[in-house]
Amino acid sequence: MDKINTIKFKLIDALLLICALLPLISIIILQILTEPASSGINLTGARIFFTVKMPLQDMYITEAQINSWAVILTIFFLCLYFTHGLSEKAYTKRQIAMEWVIEKTEALVTGNMGTAFSGFAPFIAAIIGISAFSSLISLLGLFPPTSDLNITAGWAILVFILITYYKFKCGPLGYVKSFGDPVPMLAPLNVISEVATPVSMAFRHYGNILSGVVISVLLGTGLQGLSSIVLGWLPGILGEIPFLQIGIPAVLSVYFDVFSGCLQAYIFAMLTMMYVSSAFNVDEFERRKLKKQQKKIK
Amino acid sequence: MLELAIGIIVGCCALGAGIAMVAGIGPGIGEGNAVAKACEAIGRQPESKGAVTSTMLMGCAVAETTGLYALVIAILLIFVAPNLLVDVLMGAIAA
Repeated sequence: MDKINTIKFKLIDALLLICALLPLISIIILQILTEPASSGINLTGARIFFTVKMPLQDMYITEAQINSWAVILTIFFLCLYFTHGLSEKAYTKRQIAMEWVIEKTEALVTGNMGTAFSGFAPFIAAIIGISAFSSLISLLGLFPPTSDLNITAGWAILVFILITYYKFKCGPLGYVKSFGDPVPMLAPLNVISEVATPVSMAFRHYGNILSGVVISVLLGTGLQGLSSIVLGWLPGILGEIPFLQIGIPAVLSVYFDVFSGCLQAYIFAMLTMMYVSSAFNVDEFERRKLKKQQKKIK
Repeated sequence: MLELAIGIIVGCCALGAGIAMVAGIGPGIGEGNAVAKACEAIGRQPESKGAVTSTMLMGCAVAETTGLYALVIAILLIFVAPNLLVDVLMGAIAA
């Protein structure tokens, strides 16, 4: 109890919070410095900051990558802040809050995937955290990394690798056999549906966030034009006040940025849990394990 | 003549994008059905509100996918295809 009241503890706390805020502040400054002046509908993809020469194809370092690294750093330092000063008995509010979060995540994972996958809770929590945070970053006026297909496709490929890994747990033969289910004639369709899983996951997340961004930009530009029509007859700077842009875009922002961003994070995590747990045949795995043990004994 | 060709390319890309978004009808009907059934279920069994709501959101997200494919194609047609096709045209003229 007295450990958390020392000056050193509070200093480290403040330092961690500053470290968590620093990446966000730095990408806001980067955005202000590098944003090209433009008028009208400004809908571009992620800006390319610089290009790294690579043997096969040039690697582009874009806004999406920089922003997602900033999000990762922020989440990392927030985690350090929330786990700072853990004790066996919870004294601090943050420890109680974090214990609640971890309990909820573990209940979600074991409820959806079964007890065999209880080790998946950190992974699922990481997916929800980074996805929600990446989408919510657009509230600061920044480019949300999830509205770039490359970022969501990266996560979807990760999930695809996990699915394939858990299918291989029942042996390579079992993996090949799973395509001939229910009849071997349907194997091409099964291959297509296997490939379609990561594609649809990536497109779903990307499309939802991107549609929000597109509609917000269109509405903002439309309201600017409308207010210049209404106030355009006033002389000088008075005619340029975009008074309709105050408040109205915020209503859409609550749906597209806050609700849709959090919902897509939840859905991405739910689909990950469902696909991975349905790829793993627990009974078959147990049977193989038992067989191997019996062979060893003989 | 060249202006006409470029105009046809850009105009047809915009028309294609508009026609692609007709696919938005499907998810609209599907999600409407899902939400209607969820409301009925909650009305019948108010105690199962939490489970019904999360399952409904899940189903809505999956039903939305076809609409989002159309959106991606429309966005490609508006922002990517015109530049690409005009480049192809210029290459054909230069050759």
